[in-house]
Amino acid sequence: MVTELQKENSYQQAFRGLQESEFAEGSSRLSQLRQGAMARFVELGFPSVKEEEWKYTNVAAIARADFQPLVSSELVPSSQPELEQCVAVPETSASQLVFVDGALRSDLSALAGLPHQVVAIDLGQAMADERYSDIVRTHLARQADYVVNGFTALNTAFIDHGAFLYIPKGVIVEAPIHLLFIAKSERIANFPRVLVIAGENSTATIIENYVSGPASEYLTNGVVEVVLEEGARLEHYKVQRESVEAFHIATTAVGLGRNSSYDTTTITFGAKLSRHDIVVTMDHEGAECWVDGLYLVTGDQHADTHSVIDHRQPNCTSHQLYKGILDGKSRAVFNGKVFVRHNAQKTDAMQTNKNLLLSNDARVDTKPQLEILADDVKCAHGAAVGQIDEDELFYLETRGIHPDLGRNLLTYGFAEEVIAKIKLDSIRNELDKAVLHRLNARLEA
Amino acid sequence: MSTAELLSQQEYKYGFVTDIESDVIPRGLSEDTIRLIVAKKNEPDWMLEFRLKAYRHWLTMTEPKHWPNISYPEINYQDVIYYSAPKRKAALASLDEVDPELLRTFEKLGIPLTEQKQLANVAVDAVFDSVSVATTYKEKLKKHGVIFCSFTEAIRDYPDLIKKYLGSVVPTNDNFFAALNSAVFSDGSFCFIPKGVRCPMELSTYFRINNSESGQFERTLIVAEEGSHVSYLEGCTAPKFDKNQLHAAVVELVALDDAQIKYSTVQNWYAGDEEGVGGIYNFVTKRGKCAGHNSKISWTQVETGSAITWKYPSCILQGDNSIGEFYSVALTNHAQQADTGTKMIHLGKNTRSTIISKGIAAGKSNNSYRGLVKVMPKAEGARNYTQCDSMLIGSNCGANTFPYIEVMNNSSSVEHEASTSKISEEQLFYLQQRGISQEDAVSLIINGFCKDVFLQLPMEFAVEAQRLLGLKLEGSVG
Repeated sequence: MVTELQKENSYQQAFRGLQESEFAEGSSRLSQLRQGAMARFVELGFPSVKEEEWKYTNVAAIARADFQPLVSSELVPSSQPELEQCVAVPETSASQLVFVDGALRSDLSALAGLPHQVVAIDLGQAMADERYSDIVRTHLARQADYVVNGFTALNTAFIDHGAFLYIPKGVIVEAPIHLLFIAKSERIANFPRVLVIAGENSTATIIENYVSGPASEYLTNGVVEVVLEEGARLEHYKVQRESVEAFHIATTAVGLGRNSSYDTTTITFGAKLSRHDIVVTMDHEGAECWVDGLYLVTGDQHADTHSVIDHRQPNCTSHQLYKGILDGKSRAVFNGKVFVRHNAQKTDAMQTNKNLLLSNDARVDTKPQLEILADDVKCAHGAAVGQIDEDELFYLETRGIHPDLGRNLLTYGFAEEVIAKIKLDSIRNELDKAVLHRLNARLEA
Repeated sequence: MSTAELLSQQEYKYGFVTDIESDVIPRGLSEDTIRLIVAKKNEPDWMLEFRLKAYRHWLTMTEPKHWPNISYPEINYQDVIYYSAPKRKAALASLDEVDPELLRTFEKLGIPLTEQKQLANVAVDAVFDSVSVATTYKEKLKKHGVIFCSFTEAIRDYPDLIKKYLGSVVPTNDNFFAALNSAVFSDGSFCFIPKGVRCPMELSTYFRINNSESGQFERTLIVAEEGSHVSYLEGCTAPKFDKNQLHAAVVELVALDDAQIKYSTVQNWYAGDEEGVGGIYNFVTKRGKCAGHNSKISWTQVETGSAITWKYPSCILQGDNSIGEFYSVALTNHAQQADTGTKMIHLGKNTRSTIISKGIAAGKSNNSYRGLVKVMPKAEGARNYTQCDSMLIGSNCGANTFPYIEVMNNSSSVEHEASTSKISEEQLFYLQQRGISQEDAVSLIINGFCKDVFLQLPMEFAVEAQRLLGLKLEGSVG
């Protein structure tokens, strides 16, 4: 049921190369982890459409492309300030970590705006630093499971650089923390890895931003692990605007502590093929999460979202709203699983997936899924695939609005429900503009 | 009294065994078994070919065990008796020659077959183990041009129709159990409604498994020609045995231009005891093809029995403007498992489908809805509405929903809604406060929950279904 790895691929070669270099030196536990993950990847291979989880998404093109994993030593440090110019977010000018081709660029990063207790450093550095190595060891690769997912295994095998964010107990971070990943080199494979630990009763906002620089064809295979301790509050935005020739495979794995609150919004515009696995595990009572998203694709783009909301303990609440707008010959896949485990009484789970098809050649495959093993729960899900409501359009027409404009207004409004959640003006405005641009529309006649 | 504490099994009143001499072939399945069945039934060569083709394909297939949400021990297909028929003297000319023991059996089941007692306005084809023992009202139907007979007779008397339609909706290689059925099916019902005829009465088949070692593999084929209309009912029961019996049926419906077929099932196979010992494995393939314009196929099912239910009555909406409907109540209690739902394949323009599914899980049972709504690129203006609600009674059961939605054009609209809840304490309290006993209140609430589906059933069936639901759940809520 797996794509056979006939010969040693570029990933295995690169991994072997790394094993012989300083990469292997770090802690033995890390090196074991990498080796275990690589062995698992060799076993699993890339997923095939015969697997239920990958039924609608064919990643053969990624396997064929055999992208070259980029290892840190090969990086050419050259300052290209224009790269960050194109994605400048004023609100985070003093609270950002910039990664170019996977490696942290301290010359482009700035952290002056963060409280001094907050740790925002390179993951590799954190692993080597004895102050943080314990906490990294406790949490790294604990949320994101690499046993079933070949891509997570591959990322885990190449854990090296990435972001380590630690917000200690009780710290409230006002400035949003911006993690910017820029792809610069052609035909490479990036393995961004992020570990976020939000301590007890801390509050923070994170923006995870993927853009492409000059590069067009590459693979981003990221894993983000988030741990919320008791009473922590985290807002997490993910904006994916990779090149339309690129592949973006990402896993976000979140563990929620008692009475914690996690609010995430994922915006997917880019990549030829993207797949986002988001897994929220509610292993403690009283946690609440909002897991929302918008995918807007056109041309021959393919956007796949698989989410798992796992209610393992009583009294947890989850809200989920995913919306999609499809144009051209694009395809979108949504699979939302909500599990309510045996004793997770008083669970309240709501899930909605709505899709708007603008073109006759677009295709949507959606599968909301409920698996419930407790009786005193409130669970509902809904999915819809359709077009702009004729009645709404007619209403606008009666108000003297031309149907073309009316259609744009309604489509824009459809997307806006998700985008409006983003509390950062600059990012929200930019996304608004991007939506209008995608629709080739203006809101004035 | 707490919920689920009072779980008690209402005695399965159809669990008796009829003591009758049967003509049984040896266990096991091979090409020789198939030849033996063909010989027993005096079937022509083309049927032998049909069966052998299916059998050879079946050998290459694997049992669908990984994707449904059910689990059961390995079935030994060589340990099943594929043909068991009550012994008869000669060909039957009339019901008078039917073994009185059989008549008594069906009478006990509430399906009297003798002329004077027959159910008014319902024609019944009674199937006992592998064969059809009697069909009522045949003559009256004939006057209207309606053919309603056992499959064996149909192969003998209407070979052209059978050749044309058998396997046209569910091909022999469709799935594991359909292939098995195609290879060994022993009998079933055939029903043909000619052009423009509105069938004057309800047609029905009553299935009874009696032999503890035999499987039941029956086949139903209903063809509704242009502008015709038929309503078909299906009922089933089986005695209580500690062993599981396999029931792998295939139902094919064909609706031509403007034709309407309504197919209702009340399934009450023996479900096994509280610990899940015994019971029927109900692995059934049901599919209807709306081949013509403006045709309509409507499935209604009330699934209360069987240890395991694996069935997905589906509609292929090929003709423009055709309509597919699926109304289902699936009740599981004790250790029952159900993985049921439907497939609506929209091919023609402006095709419409409605899916209403109500799942009730109690005890330690597991109840899954699995459905597919597929809108192909050419199905412009297609429309689907799906609603699946589940109710959980007690905290040891499970309710799952697996809806697959695939849309390939932009003029269609598909809606899916699902919810899960339990019986509201407020509603219960309100009813009890009005002097309604707790059990009656629960029954009332559940019947309300299922009303959308019961309304689709023919009257006699609806009454039966409500009563059945009450019996099945008796004592499970407190």
